[in-house]
Amino acid sequence: MKPRIRSPKDFWAGVLYAGFGGIAVTIARDYGMGSGARMGPAYFPTVLGSLLLLIGIASMVRSLMKDGEPLGTIAWKPMVLVTAATVLFGLLLRAAGLVPAIVVLVLVSAAASVKFRLEWRSLGLMALLVAFCALVFVEGLGLNVPLLGAWFHR
Amino acid sequence: MDLLSHLGLGIATAATGVNLFYCLAGVFLGTAIGVLPGLGPVATIAMLLPVTFGLPPETALIMLAGIFYGAQYGGSTTAILVNLPGESSSVVTALDGYQMARQGRAGTALATAAIASFFAGTVCTLLIALAAPPLSEMALKFGPADYFSLMVLGLVASIVLASGSLLHALGMIILGLLLGLIGTDVNSGTARYSFELPELNDGINFVVVAMGVFGLGEIIANLQTEGTRSVTLTKIAGLMPSRDDFKRMVAPILRGTALGSALGILPGGGAMLSSFAAYSLEKKASRNAAQFGKGAIEGVAAPEAANNAGAQASFIPMLTLGIPSNPVMALMIGALIMHGIQPGPGVMAEQPALFWGLVVSMWIGNFFLLVLNLPLIGLWVRMISVPYHYLYPTILVFCGIGVFSLANTQFDIYLMAAFGVLGYVFRKLDCEPAPMMLGFILGPMMEEYLRRALLMSKGDATVLVTRPISATLLAVSAVGLVAVLLPALREKREEAFQQ
Repeated sequence: MKPRIRSPKDFWAGVLYAGFGGIAVTIARDYGMGSGARMGPAYFPTVLGSLLLLIGIASMVRSLMKDGEPLGTIAWKPMVLVTAATVLFGLLLRAAGLVPAIVVLVLVSAAASVKFRLEWRSLGLMALLVAFCALVFVEGLGLNVPLLGAWFHR
Repeated sequence: MDLLSHLGLGIATAATGVNLFYCLAGVFLGTAIGVLPGLGPVATIAMLLPVTFGLPPETALIMLAGIFYGAQYGGSTTAILVNLPGESSSVVTALDGYQMARQGRAGTALATAAIASFFAGTVCTLLIALAAPPLSEMALKFGPADYFSLMVLGLVASIVLASGSLLHALGMIILGLLLGLIGTDVNSGTARYSFELPELNDGINFVVVAMGVFGLGEIIANLQTEGTRSVTLTKIAGLMPSRDDFKRMVAPILRGTALGSALGILPGGGAMLSSFAAYSLEKKASRNAAQFGKGAIEGVAAPEAANNAGAQASFIPMLTLGIPSNPVMALMIGALIMHGIQPGPGVMAEQPALFWGLVVSMWIGNFFLLVLNLPLIGLWVRMISVPYHYLYPTILVFCGIGVFSLANTQFDIYLMAAFGVLGYVFRKLDCEPAPMMLGFILGPMMEEYLRRALLMSKGDATVLVTRPISATLLAVSAVGLVAVLLPALREKREEAFQQ
C-alpha cells in the first residue's frame, strides 16, 4: 500500500519543524563547535536543531499513521493584505512620512475585511486616527519620524 | 517584623503620586484594550510595552502589572457581555457569565467577577510577600547546572499542562529556543543566524515576536471568521449582587482563590489552567450543580477568582527564580531585561524598592480595578461594540508604530509582518504559539547556564545529574514527561481539557 498523508496538519507542522531544524544545523556548521568544557557558538544550536529535525520527522511519520483533521481553507486574502499593508507601512514611514504611511496601512489592511466600505464615516475615523497618532506619538512622545517625508519636500 | 518593613518599603515606593498615576493609567489602558474582542493579554501588553520604555524601571513594571490585570479583567468583561472570550482563561467565564447576561443579570455577573478578582488579588499579594523571600533565598544556592535543570522543568511543565499535541508543544518550545539564539553569541562574538543583516546582530526583540504572532497572526485568523461573528450586546441593569448572590459566591471565591494560587505557582500553570480547574471543581462541589452552564453565579465567581489568583501567583516564580510560567511572564522578563535588570533571586536583594513596590502595587492595581471598572462599565461596553473592521486597522497602526519605536528601524516592522504570517500558519496547524514564546525568552539564558555548568565541571555533562538539586529537578521533569506519555493518564488529561 502506498503511504498516504492522513493528517495534513501534522504533516505540514513536521515539514516546518524539520525545515527550521535542518537550516539551524546546516548554518551552525560554519560556527565553532568548541568542546564540552568550552561550548562554542555552534554547540547549543546544533543540539537544538537536531532535536527539532527529529521532532519534525516524527510528526511527518505520525501523519502517515494517524488520521487527523483536514487543513481547512487558508485565508489568503487577509494574510496577503495584512502582511502587504504592514510592509508598505514600513517602506513609507521614513520616505513619505507617518501620515501617508498610516493612510496606506489602514486602507490596504481594511480591504481584507468583508464588511469594510469606503464611506465618509470610515474616512472620518481614519482622519481622527491619523491626527491622534501625529499628536501623541510625534508631537507628544517625540517619535523620530516626519509627518510628511522627503517625498513631499522637493 | 520583616514582612511589615518590606511592605512598608513597598508602600513608600508604590504610593508616590507618579507611581499611583501610572498604575491607574496601566489598569485603565489595559482594560480599555483588553475588552476589545480578539485581543488577549499578551497582545495587549506587547502593544502597550513601548509606552513604558521611557519610564524608570519601578514605574514601568508597576504600570505593566496594571496593564496585565486590566487586560485580564477586560477579557472577562467581553466574555460575559458578548460571549467572545479574548483569551483562553476567560473561556470558562463565558459559559455561565454570558448566560447570566442573557437573563438580564450582566451587571451582577460583572460585579461578581470584579469582587472575586479583587479578593483573590488581595490574598495572592500577601502570598507573594510571604513566599517570595524564602524562595529567593533558596534560589541563591542554585548553581548554573541547577538553573539549567530548573528551566528544563519549567519548559516540561508547560508541555505537560498545555492543551493539544505533546509533539507540537515540544517542537514549538525548541523552535522558540532556537529563535532566541539569533544574534551575537556573547562568548565568542560570532553573529549567529544573522544572514549578514546588521539589524539581526542584537537578536530579535521579543516585542516583535509577540506582536507578530499574537497580534497580526490573530488578526488574520479573526478575519477568516469575520463573516460569522456578530456582536450582540445585552442591556446592563443592576450592578449590585443581592444578599443571596453574596451568600452563594463566598465559598466558590474561597475555593477558586486557593486552587488558583496553588496552580499559579507551578511553572506552566497560570491563569488558564486555574480557571478551568476551578470550574470543574465547583461543578462537583456546588449544591447548585444543575444550574451550571445556565447562568450560575458560582460558575462566574470561582473561575474569576482562580484566574486572577493564578495570574498573580505566576509572578512568584518570575520574580524569585527568573522563570516565566506563561507568555505574559515571558514578556515581563523581557521588559525587565530591557530595563537592565536580570530577573532572578538577585532582584529582591539588589532592588528591594522595585520588588516590594511591585508587590504592593499589585494590591493597589486590584483595588483600582474594582473601583474603576464598575463605574466605567458604560465606556467598556462602547469599546466592545466598535466593529472589528474599524478596530483591526487601528491595532495594526499601533503595532507598527510601537515596533518601530523599539529601535527606530523599519526592519522590525518587516520582521513583525513575517512573524504575523508564521503566527497564522501555526494557528492553522494547531501549533500553540505560547510555548514558543517561553522558549524564545529562555533560549539565551539556558545556553549561558549550560555553558557555565559545563565549564565548571570541565565538560562533564553528568554534573546535571550528580548535583542533588539539579538531579531532583530533572527527575521531576522526567516523571512529568513520562506521565503524559502513559496512555491512561493521557486520556485523563484530554478529558480535563475537554471540559
